[in-house]
Amino acid sequence: METLSLDTLPHLPALRRGRPYDSLEKSEIVDHSTGKVVAVVSQVNAGILKKDLQRIDEGRAALRKFTVAELIEISAKAGELFLEGTLPLGDRGHTQSADEYVRTLSGTSGLPHVMVRRNMAKIHYALTHVGTVLNGLTRGLPLEVIDRGYGEQSGAAVSYYPTTQALGLVMPSNSPAVNSLWLPAIALKTPVVIKPGREEPWTPYRLIQAFIAAGAPPEAFGFYPTDHEGAGEVMRLCGRALIFGDANTVAQYRDNPKFSVHGPGFSKILLGEDCVEQWPEYIELMAASIAENGGRSCVNASAVVVPRYGKEIAEALAQKLGPVTPLRSDDEGAKLSGFANPKMADYIDSAIEDGLKVNGAEDVTARYRHGERKAIFEGGTFLRPTIVRCDSFSHPLANREFLCPYASVVEVAQSEMLGQIGASLVVTAITKDEAFTSQLLDSPLIERLNLGPISTMKISWDQPHEGNMFEFLYKRRSIERA
Amino acid sequence: MTAPTPEAAHAALESHLQEIVNWHFSPETGSPFWLNWAAKAGWDPRTEIKTVADLQKFPHFEDEWLRDLQPEVWVPKAFAGRPFNIFETGGTTGMPKQRIGWDDYKVDYSEFSDKISDEHFPRNHYWLMMGPTGPRRLRLAIEHLANVRGSACYFIDLDPRWVKRLITNKHFDQAKAYMEHVVDQAANILKHRKVSGLFTTPKLLEALAERVNIWDAGIRGVFCGGTTMLPQYTRFIVEEVLENRIGFYPTYGNTLMGLAASVPLTPADQFSITYYAPQPRAILRVVDPENTATTVDYDAWGRVELTTLTREFFMPRFLERDEAIRRRPRGQYAWDGVAEVRPFGAMQKTIVEGVY
Repeated sequence: METLSLDTLPHLPALRRGRPYDSLEKSEIVDHSTGKVVAVVSQVNAGILKKDLQRIDEGRAALRKFTVAELIEISAKAGELFLEGTLPLGDRGHTQSADEYVRTLSGTSGLPHVMVRRNMAKIHYALTHVGTVLNGLTRGLPLEVIDRGYGEQSGAAVSYYPTTQALGLVMPSNSPAVNSLWLPAIALKTPVVIKPGREEPWTPYRLIQAFIAAGAPPEAFGFYPTDHEGAGEVMRLCGRALIFGDANTVAQYRDNPKFSVHGPGFSKILLGEDCVEQWPEYIELMAASIAENGGRSCVNASAVVVPRYGKEIAEALAQKLGPVTPLRSDDEGAKLSGFANPKMADYIDSAIEDGLKVNGAEDVTARYRHGERKAIFEGGTFLRPTIVRCDSFSHPLANREFLCPYASVVEVAQSEMLGQIGASLVVTAITKDEAFTSQLLDSPLIERLNLGPISTMKISWDQPHEGNMFEFLYKRRSIERA
Repeated sequence: MTAPTPEAAHAALESHLQEIVNWHFSPETGSPFWLNWAAKAGWDPRTEIKTVADLQKFPHFEDEWLRDLQPEVWVPKAFAGRPFNIFETGGTTGMPKQRIGWDDYKVDYSEFSDKISDEHFPRNHYWLMMGPTGPRRLRLAIEHLANVRGSACYFIDLDPRWVKRLITNKHFDQAKAYMEHVVDQAANILKHRKVSGLFTTPKLLEALAERVNIWDAGIRGVFCGGTTMLPQYTRFIVEEVLENRIGFYPTYGNTLMGLAASVPLTPADQFSITYYAPQPRAILRVVDPENTATTVDYDAWGRVELTTLTREFFMPRFLERDEAIRRRPRGQYAWDGVAEVRPFGAMQKTIVEGVY
């Protein structure tokens, strides 16, 4: 077995209001396929977070020295540095180029290079378009209003005040692009307190370094690898926090205005009566919506709901996706992502198998897979695509979401679709039927609605699809000046 | 204080060991439990136990004996007729382990008084204990320690059994509320009374420091024990809670042993605390959990084994529910120490420690 010196590996310190902190307690980040330690990360206790959050107003004060316009510029510069730059990696003199970031993140997360690059591109776009994003989020509010606290919009007096001194982030490890959600906070003069996902400290750390290199004040950034108790303090002590979790987490926090909860999307593709006869034309779109980004996003379609041809559509999707196998991470054609934590793959695999034991569902991909769903490839653990045909929406596998390319295909009469699909982050409705379109537009269950053959993966940065960051961080007040 | 050589300390320990074994296994002075035990065992410890190595002839002391038997079986004949204290161990539920005693706690804590400085614990002043009182030896011990130093002590109780039950049942809100209730009371005392010395557990200390500036409240020394203190947490306490200006005295102890003091931390320690048993009254060994006759190498992890050797109580080879790193003799302690003590099996499973 290879002997590694932990002292020569990159060490990611905690960042306490921007200042590196080398903890005596460190966790190891390992390559998902070789198990080799590639970096160590300082872990801090909850007490340190509590101490630092007592002084979080200093982070806000540092951001207030800039105008929103200046911070948008800094964000754009950070975007370029994130995408192309060589940035500090930890406190032992290491640096990280963009290619190194791709390789490292791929190695530890299991995401193929091509997907990491796609995630990078999303983050880059978000950072270089913060002005556009804010325009969308604020519905055209002049940015000076945020600088001064008051002003005019469309001839009316407006005033906004911050709802929090800091934005807390308890990040997941499964998809780097989720970091794009917090990026506008810096331009909105709100410091961030980030608890990175245990297996994915890379992206938030690189983003922070990019911001600092671009001229943002270090005090605005907290990077706190910590335990469950520490994560609880991030949520408790930051006036506003983004949380990522499963359906239980969502249920626990969704009614609390302090939190913006991001859980499973249960995104879907609905095929209208008027278009169902042309279903073969949409198979590509469906497959892409299901499987892009390794099927890991909340905007990936996890159900295809059709009035007829369920069997044929499931068969066609299975034919297309079933043969997909793991490839080397640097293969441009790689479509599957490995699991940093193989136990997660075991859990998902057994959850699907348990569901299949309930009558009324068939794993159609099994016929085209020529092997098990769970695959070990070059030491990494993967889950191959799974298309399950369910005979009704009440089947336990009909409305599930897993961290792999997975979707159910269910036949439901168009008139009953909206009554059955439940809350859905994205719905792509392929229909030109005016009445159905009107019902879809009226539905409170859909966060983002794509009308026509548009991938569920397409998001618009100037339109919030999962909460409005400006409204989360600022509140309007009535104002009168003498 | 001049430290004895390891050889001198070992000789003193073996001399003490022989005296204590003679005491507990002689019909004139011994306790019913040990006299009966020896009769059934068929060998006489008085003739066979001459060295520390000979202690291996005893099986591990069974904690059930302290749960199941009435306390009088532990009374040495020489103490017959003297009322005793009944002390109970920490935060377990169900029938607790009980140890009887008379003066041992005073001996332990009088000795400990020499290890804390007047700068941190000024004499003739006031102390506050915030932690498990109730049936624990610690409550009388702390008061005795304060008294030895001419001081008096305020007490805020914390019932660790209740905290453990709340946490085990996932009643985290109630556990938090209870902790706040305890800290409220301590903050109130600090607000209205002059106090310079504090005994508490690490978690309660952290919580108290979130409520009041404990330096400004007059605290100059903190004597801490209870839950695990890993190096990073110790560093946090020293640097950020006590702000490098309040004296910090971590200890490891329980009702069965007494008090193991720690050596003052140096930069080379990297905040790894090493505790030393109050030898010769107690011996701590770090043993291989799979073969408890074997002491692990220095700087290796193992399970903590305790032998208590006083005229009041004899307890050979009791396996603690703790694991630790074996450390070399150091400073005034010419015998092995135990470092980074944590619940046995902490790496394998989640242990409910609560705030105690």
